[in-house]
Amino acid sequence: MSDVVLETKGLVKHFPITQGIVFQSKVGAVRAVDGVDIQLRRGETLGVVGESGCGKSTLAKLLVGLEKPTAGSIMVRGQDMVKLRGSALRKARRNIQMVLQDPYTSLNPRMTVGDIIGEPFEIHTEVVPRGGRQRAVQDLLDTVGLNPDHINRYPHQFSGGQRQRIGIARALALKPEIIVCDEPVSALDVSIQAQVINLLERLQNEFGLSYIFIAHDLSVVRHISDRVAVMYLGKVIETGHDQAIYDQPTHPYTQALLSAVPVPDPRLRGHRDQIVLEGDVPSPANPPSGCRFRTRCWKVQDVCSQQEPLLQIRERSPHPSACHFAEIRDVVHGH
Amino acid sequence: MTDVKAQIDVLPGLDPRAPLLEVSDLHVEFRTQYGVAKAVNGANFWLSPGETLAILGESGCGKSVTAQAIMGILDSPPGYVTQGQVKYRGVDLLQLREEQRRKVRANQIAMIFQDALSALNPVYTVGFQLGELFRKHRGMSRGDSKKRAIELLDQVKIPAANQRVNDYPHQFSGGMRQRVMIAMALALDPEVLIADEPTTALDVTVQAQIMGLLADLQRQRNMGLILITHDMGVVADVADRISVMYAGKVVEEAPVYDIYARPAHPYTRALLESIPRLDMKGQQLNVIKGLPPALTDVPQGCAFNPRCAFARDACRQDPPPPPYQVSVQPHRTARCHFFREVIGE
Repeated sequence: MSDVVLETKGLVKHFPITQGIVFQSKVGAVRAVDGVDIQLRRGETLGVVGESGCGKSTLAKLLVGLEKPTAGSIMVRGQDMVKLRGSALRKARRNIQMVLQDPYTSLNPRMTVGDIIGEPFEIHTEVVPRGGRQRAVQDLLDTVGLNPDHINRYPHQFSGGQRQRIGIARALALKPEIIVCDEPVSALDVSIQAQVINLLERLQNEFGLSYIFIAHDLSVVRHISDRVAVMYLGKVIETGHDQAIYDQPTHPYTQALLSAVPVPDPRLRGHRDQIVLEGDVPSPANPPSGCRFRTRCWKVQDVCSQQEPLLQIRERSPHPSACHFAEIRDVVHGH
Repeated sequence: MTDVKAQIDVLPGLDPRAPLLEVSDLHVEFRTQYGVAKAVNGANFWLSPGETLAILGESGCGKSVTAQAIMGILDSPPGYVTQGQVKYRGVDLLQLREEQRRKVRANQIAMIFQDALSALNPVYTVGFQLGELFRKHRGMSRGDSKKRAIELLDQVKIPAANQRVNDYPHQFSGGMRQRVMIAMALALDPEVLIADEPTTALDVTVQAQIMGLLADLQRQRNMGLILITHDMGVVADVADRISVMYAGKVVEEAPVYDIYARPAHPYTRALLESIPRLDMKGQQLNVIKGLPPALTDVPQGCAFNPRCAFARDACRQDPPPPPYQVSVQPHRTARCHFFREVIGE
């Protein structure tokens, strides 16, 4: 399809586990991201959900080029970001920017807001000529709903929600098509969360941005996403339109995850399917054979340990699901 | 063991028929070099055995400070309780000597914290820390206290408890660590458990495990539970009653079904409208404009007035008088001049 702005194929990131100090030998690898294929279209939001340690933040870092993948490709506008070098890479990276989770640690306390938002222009000097930079920064502040006169203030003079706006302004500076948001609202209070979510949606409509929206809060992801990918131990195990994932999940892990999210409506208490998973997520250094979820799954059979289920459309799953026994089960709505 | 418990029962003025826990007009302030921050400005609530009361609020609303004041673990200085009462079975805990309070803390009222890793001591094994309670409070031997520690770990469903008792906190996962915290809080059979954001740092699937465990243990022991949280979803799942706090005050208190169906305070209503929901896809989220006030500079009149959609002159001048009773429902209070309008009468 022509409107695909980003596509990954077989994206893999293994972090080596080494032993010894002088003569380091590799004794294993943490398989943080282990073969991820995603597609992002123009103006679309792809939500990525999963529990801590499932590789969603590593995926974000790979996409913006903060980590080098072990294998696989990241195609942005027909160019493979993994193979690009030098000035071509720098130019391509403008197009894909990031908003970080913690607005308290991701802004340098010794830099003014103007310097923080203007720093991308220092690196990519040809985007805005030197004389126009202050004007550009002020426009950005205005765009994200901050007072342009506050350009000389420092981060500590802003509240958490305002700081996240600064982070968003910085990501917008180079006029990217794609913004990767890694848990952009999870450090914020409920009443502030809504402000930032609405801002992100407004900016998307205004500039035609595409978002990769990574979060562990499934309600927020549902609100903002057009499509959702569910990750477990470095792999995408189910993907589809938000309605397909939330109303008709077919993978047991997605079902368990969704059923664990409390719904702010006491009338549904005791009327929802509650699937309580046993135990913890296995170590990504030594994931189970076959299906990675089989150690905690209630549908497990012999085939699950022998054969890895592929992420594909199945007889009983109208959208791609990586489970041999995929079947629709609505766990979100009361019955 | 019962005799040890009996000893503590000789608290002056203890009345077994009095309410389990009653907090009235609690005021806490922090005296800092930048001024006096009024963290709690008149918190009122009560708790019965077997009941779950949720204290709901955003960061800085005073919910954790309230819990610390009840427990008597407020950092002092800079924190001081300036007014009010915390009555456990008729005994005002704030008037007790520190030595008596220490006994109350483990035996009658216990607390679990948000961050289990920093609440546990990293250089002692989990078994030693659990056993310490029995050694100090019950005078048990090391061997016996370790046996009790294993029993407790078993009760909070930690697999292979008799081996894990020798592990250090860092060897446990986040969810398991929170179970250890719960075991520690429940060791001496308290009647009141205060849980301060017990699952905020955990993944949702683990959160479901922990909340389920807490509910089971509460039922078995007929314990009163105060759940401090900002998560409206968790509250809807487990609470019986809710106290909503804003800028150090309880602004609304009501049974859980009523508050979600018909909030009577504009803040509660705005909060409910601003959260995205899993079971439906909404349009734009409603936003509460502005920011929570700084506690050194709480607005005059009603503290919520600069952010309130219902605010009028009266709200900017006079604070709403201590809780109006919402007349249609006898067990509800709301601190708002115009609660009738908010509730939609």
